[in-house]
Amino acid sequence: MKNKEPLILVVVVAFTLLTYWLVEPYAHSVMHKHVESQNFAYADLAPVTKTGDAANGKALVMGAGACTGCHAITKDGVAAGMDAVSAAQSYGVNPPDLSNAGAVYDAKFLAELIKNPAHALKVEHKFDAAKGQMHPMVPFFGAGGDMEQEVADMVAYLQSIAVKADELTPKMAFEEACGRCHSMKYENWTQLGTKPEFKFEKESLAYDIQVLEYQEALAKYMGKLPPDLSMYFRSRNEHFLSTFIENPQSQLAGTAMPRTGVTADAAHKVIEHMADAGDTKRAERESVGKMVMIYIVIFAIFALLWKKQVWRDLH
Amino acid sequence: MAHFTKATSVKDWLNQRLAVEKVEKVMASEYWIPKNINFLWAMGMILAITFALLLVSGIFLLMYYQPDVKDAFYSVNYTIMRDVDFGWLWRNIHGVAASVVFLIIYIHMFTGIYYGSYKKGREMIWISGMLLFVTFSAEAFSGYMLPWGQMSYWAGMVITNIFSLGGLHFDGLVEWIRGDYVPAQAFLTRFFMLHILLLPLAILGLIGLHFAALRIPHVNNQDGEEIDFEAESKKYLAGDKVGSKVMRFGNDFLSKDLMVVGIYLVFFFYLVFFNYGFALDPVNFDPADGLKTPAHIYPEWYFLWSYEILRPFSVNIGLMAFGFAQVIFMLLPWLDRSPNAVPASRRGAFKFWYWLLLIDMIVLTAMGKLPPEGVFSTIGLVAALGFIILWIALPFITMNEKKV
Repeated sequence: MKNKEPLILVVVVAFTLLTYWLVEPYAHSVMHKHVESQNFAYADLAPVTKTGDAANGKALVMGAGACTGCHAITKDGVAAGMDAVSAAQSYGVNPPDLSNAGAVYDAKFLAELIKNPAHALKVEHKFDAAKGQMHPMVPFFGAGGDMEQEVADMVAYLQSIAVKADELTPKMAFEEACGRCHSMKYENWTQLGTKPEFKFEKESLAYDIQVLEYQEALAKYMGKLPPDLSMYFRSRNEHFLSTFIENPQSQLAGTAMPRTGVTADAAHKVIEHMADAGDTKRAERESVGKMVMIYIVIFAIFALLWKKQVWRDLH
Repeated sequence: MAHFTKATSVKDWLNQRLAVEKVEKVMASEYWIPKNINFLWAMGMILAITFALLLVSGIFLLMYYQPDVKDAFYSVNYTIMRDVDFGWLWRNIHGVAASVVFLIIYIHMFTGIYYGSYKKGREMIWISGMLLFVTFSAEAFSGYMLPWGQMSYWAGMVITNIFSLGGLHFDGLVEWIRGDYVPAQAFLTRFFMLHILLLPLAILGLIGLHFAALRIPHVNNQDGEEIDFEAESKKYLAGDKVGSKVMRFGNDFLSKDLMVVGIYLVFFFYLVFFNYGFALDPVNFDPADGLKTPAHIYPEWYFLWSYEILRPFSVNIGLMAFGFAQVIFMLLPWLDRSPNAVPASRRGAFKFWYWLLLIDMIVLTAMGKLPPEGVFSTIGLVAALGFIILWIALPFITMNEKKV
């Protein structure tokens, strides 16, 4: 009698794959809008043409630019004017320490941010100066000289004090770029920083209250509390995260989340940190997976040989 | 009392008390299986193995899972996925097995339909199998609630709402099932109980019934041949292994079962380690939030076809169609009026009915996931109507089937 098993196997596999393709790749491609990555080129922002002078930039940042009125630069000895909770209550969100801004953010983005924050951050739908809705960060209107040159100098200064790109760790990139709005509970990260170990519950609760006060101010500023990002690596895919970080408006038009303006390298590190939180065991999964596959293939071969031996007497 | 003699060996000792030799004969060496069967007959063993994987992985997960709306998500995604050594492995095995078990159930079911294995004394096999399908469905749904993610919460909301029965407005019944107005602590705890106790008990009992139902009519074969098991087994035992039409379950057929299981496990563990996304939906990695409805709410893939029978109609008609779809498979042995217990390929019009049903259910599955807009709604409506028409037509097309 003709052996029909190969044909049956083909039919079973074909229908299974067809069903899989329909409910997974195809259905998801219909349900989720596809956004192309622009490779963090920020093509809508004007390039920085002037060569900046860091020393002059430092003078501007500390002086006429008035950056240090709100921003700390701990690397250069400038402490924050007020604590994070008071800062959030004043500005909506704690203004970042600029020590490593030059390593995390794109130069074009920094230049535009200094001149026109709402535009650089893509939050003009929220902050329209014509309607009196000012962005909490005051734009730099120039210190009397060539404004393009002055901006380039300030950017050069920020880059000169920042860590080198290869010293920027995934954790640092995340904390700098995301961590003042987003908590990451599974990494013990709050909007105020890494929660310390406290000896007494009273101290721990006091810290939590500080976080809650910060979050209250933040929620008022953003419309809702930005989500905890512990599991975002699993609940969103890598491509979504990357294009969302590049331009939140492309995936979620009207969102209050600003464009962060991170460099491609920093974005990559941010996502790596999110993977470290949400998919901690990925390396173990790969290596254990390989060993199990080898074991199970050997098992299948032995099972096949045993069947052949038993069935030799049956035909 | 029976007469006991001094035992000559451990086996003899056990034999006098438990009749182990007799049990071994009944269960394995003299449990006769036709020789003319193909690998589709190994799906039962694959299901048993997958169920064992679910049970074992479930026991490990149960040691760390917390059925509390405040802690459930954390206990799954932090404690099990990060803290506990190899917790991720047990969860991946559990999640993938829960999904793959339905693929095998569907293959097993459609094998039964194709070869007419629900006819001529095999009705109880079919019915106990369909009861297993229903309890497995309930088990899968209750398990899906436990991580308390967005899809757990919203699928729980949507599915329990079905019990209001549309225009009948049995809202009190929905509240009774939930134990609250919305899915909350009472809801989670009772689905936890169902998932780890009541439903597994029912499944174990039904598996026993399913096996028992197989004893008297024996396993069907791929040629629809009526085999005289008595005569053929005598031939086998007399030494004519080649000439006999039957073989022992153990180790003759068992060796083939194990070969198919081996190949299946290669596929299964590939999914566990390298392609588990289909079974662990990304949306469910967002914690449950009653104030934030996901853009797309859909059940797991194995429920999509019946979901799509509910969806394209107005509420009351949809519910009637859904109810129809839930019970109609159970009635198959009586809706099929033909006396022929042979493969569908030799049954004329039934052959077309079989392939149309299979394709219709795949179309329903696809449309159940896609958003109900534009052409997808139309295709879904046609496929849902097609499903109902096919089942209504079944008695008529099988009534006049020629005896083969």
